[in-house]
Amino acid sequence: MIDSKLVLWGQTLGYTAYVLAVITGMAWFAYKITRDGSCKQVPNALFYAVVGVLVAVGVSLHIVTHETIPWKKIDLNRDRLTADKTFDIRVADHRFVLPPEKMSVRVGEMALFRVVSDDLTYGFGLFRPDNTLVFQMQVLPGHVNDLLWLFEAPGLYTLRSTEYSGPRGIDMIEKDVVEVVPNTAR
Amino acid sequence: MTLVDTLIRGTRDLFKPDTLTPTQKMTLRFVVMGLLWYGVAVIEGMIMRVCQVKPLPTFPPGHYFAILTAHPLVGIFGSTYSIVFGAFLFLVPFLMKKPLWSLKAANTTCALLGVGTLVFWGSAFLSHYAPLYTLYWPLPADFTQFSVWGGTFFILGIALVMVATVLFVVNVFKTITYTPEGFPPQPAGALLASALGLTGLRNLVSREKKEHLVSLPVASIARGTVDTALNAGVILFTGVLILVFMVAAILGHDLRRSAIDALLYKNWFWWGLDLVADGLVLIYVAGAWYLLATLITGKKLFMENVARAALFVEMVVSWTVWSHHLMSDQAQPAVLKILSGEMVTAFELITQGLAFTITLITLWSARPLKMTNPLKFLLGGLLGFALAVPAGIMQADLGLNRILHNTQWVVGPHVHVAVLVGLTMTLYSAVYFLFPILTNGAELYSQKLADLHFWAHLVGGIGMGAFMGMAGLHGMLRRTLYFQGEFTPYMVLAALSGLLILVGFLAFFANIVLSVGLRGVLGIFLPAKLDTKDLTPA
Repeated sequence: MIDSKLVLWGQTLGYTAYVLAVITGMAWFAYKITRDGSCKQVPNALFYAVVGVLVAVGVSLHIVTHETIPWKKIDLNRDRLTADKTFDIRVADHRFVLPPEKMSVRVGEMALFRVVSDDLTYGFGLFRPDNTLVFQMQVLPGHVNDLLWLFEAPGLYTLRSTEYSGPRGIDMIEKDVVEVVPNTAR
Repeated sequence: MTLVDTLIRGTRDLFKPDTLTPTQKMTLRFVVMGLLWYGVAVIEGMIMRVCQVKPLPTFPPGHYFAILTAHPLVGIFGSTYSIVFGAFLFLVPFLMKKPLWSLKAANTTCALLGVGTLVFWGSAFLSHYAPLYTLYWPLPADFTQFSVWGGTFFILGIALVMVATVLFVVNVFKTITYTPEGFPPQPAGALLASALGLTGLRNLVSREKKEHLVSLPVASIARGTVDTALNAGVILFTGVLILVFMVAAILGHDLRRSAIDALLYKNWFWWGLDLVADGLVLIYVAGAWYLLATLITGKKLFMENVARAALFVEMVVSWTVWSHHLMSDQAQPAVLKILSGEMVTAFELITQGLAFTITLITLWSARPLKMTNPLKFLLGGLLGFALAVPAGIMQADLGLNRILHNTQWVVGPHVHVAVLVGLTMTLYSAVYFLFPILTNGAELYSQKLADLHFWAHLVGGIGMGAFMGMAGLHGMLRRTLYFQGEFTPYMVLAALSGLLILVGFLAFFANIVLSVGLRGVLGIFLPAKLDTKDLTPA
């Protein structure tokens, strides 16, 4: 099961290792260039090898995430997928207008969140009780903003605007409004 | 000399403002103003860091967001533009071996930058106009939250900065192409073609190779300046658009806010803004690295032809990269998200990686090198971009953007490390290098203060970015306030890192003031006594 928390942990480990390697490498370089050495000429082949690595890393990152992060494929194909539940939400005057019934889905179900704004640009983000982010999207006025999400874990999730909409926007928090319950049929 | 004597007359009384040429004075004015605005940005940054630890009643949300609105603009326009424009208005004629086209235009640019920054900073600080630099439509025209007069002056200030920018652009291109009095006629068209990279392109496909008429650093300045000009156009147009709504509101008419499509506006705005963030900055920085590496080593740049080609690619990339800011906008076409947002953005890893590698190899080929202030700050700048560019590439992925967009990750490891460590340390390298040239041999007051400046800035900049990034990975958003202490441990550590940056700046500021003396600082702003177009005294 790959959820956003696992991806964030992976990113933390990967980027931390990269940072430590780069800092160590630069410290070594800074020391070495103050010392005389026999090898001053760098072969062109090494330079082109670096170019090759940069191209490979730049391109492969997006291919790897496409194959490993489940919501990337879902998002790109959401027009062709069918949601198990659909929730229509309006935003106006710095307030979320939620569906009258509680937004509840089962683990393993796909929920479609369809959000429209009547006035400003807002954000639509779902957060776990420990404040980590499950997902977010932008909410632009004049457009239908929709996100299809497959819930992998049970829990209560808090809704919060993730985009600045003036000082009044900081209070746009709706606590525990999305409930994901275990799927007993699974 | 006593400390008071040094404070007044500078170190060993070596700095004599009367010996400065008008061009030297012009450049030093830019630098002094840029450093003063940098100081304002650092102090404001510290206020916000403290508010992120615990919101202060002295700075209620309205005021906090007004500071947050002005902060990046003060940093970019008031400080970075000032230092970069000043340095380039000296370096372009220096490298082209002819006088600046117009000293008057250069001094006007400096004044407009200073006044414009003061106007928009003041209007945000006083009226609490706070749509943030994103200015997402129709927030700039939301007069239920903001004073329309505050907004009008804010836009006016930005407009003054953009007029200054246009003057700078004209001055740079005229200096490259014009024929000064008493000089043999210069081939304006060929010079412009070389500066823009058209000669290099022609050489790729033609058997008859033409010589590059301008040096690589001038080419990089010219190409970055193209983006600067386009950006000024976009910002001016956007400002006028918002101003129309504001003037209408002042006259009692409420224009329909739905008249402008929010998605179209957002695409337009980010296309223009990325000309600064992904074009101008990366191209100017690459050019500055090449120049500093060759000046420090006295050697030719490694793979100069590849470097020229990479600069051209970077300019094209900067025109087509904007969609990575709209990856969480579901109405944005998927093809733009993938092609512009993911793929073109990945080219920045390649072009900036090339600039990084070429600079390192050039330095390596000249070892042993003395670890001077310009060299150590250059290495700091290189490190900053080596950390910040991959962080940006990660958030420009459709999968990762869903959980990173608008979190502290974006502003921490990417924006602040790129700007504070990458860009600012590169600028400091140039400032330390140019200091003796621009001051006719003034001495730095203390090497220990310069060392403190380096380490405090480097550790503070990386530390602040790292702790903001960790908070972001745990769900902390940017552009908001937390009142329940949700992320206090990370924010305390980020604030302590910010404090280190402040200590570093104070060490640098004291060092420079004690080097040239208060009398010297004042002398920079008095009219030059030498009547010459030469860059330095004969």
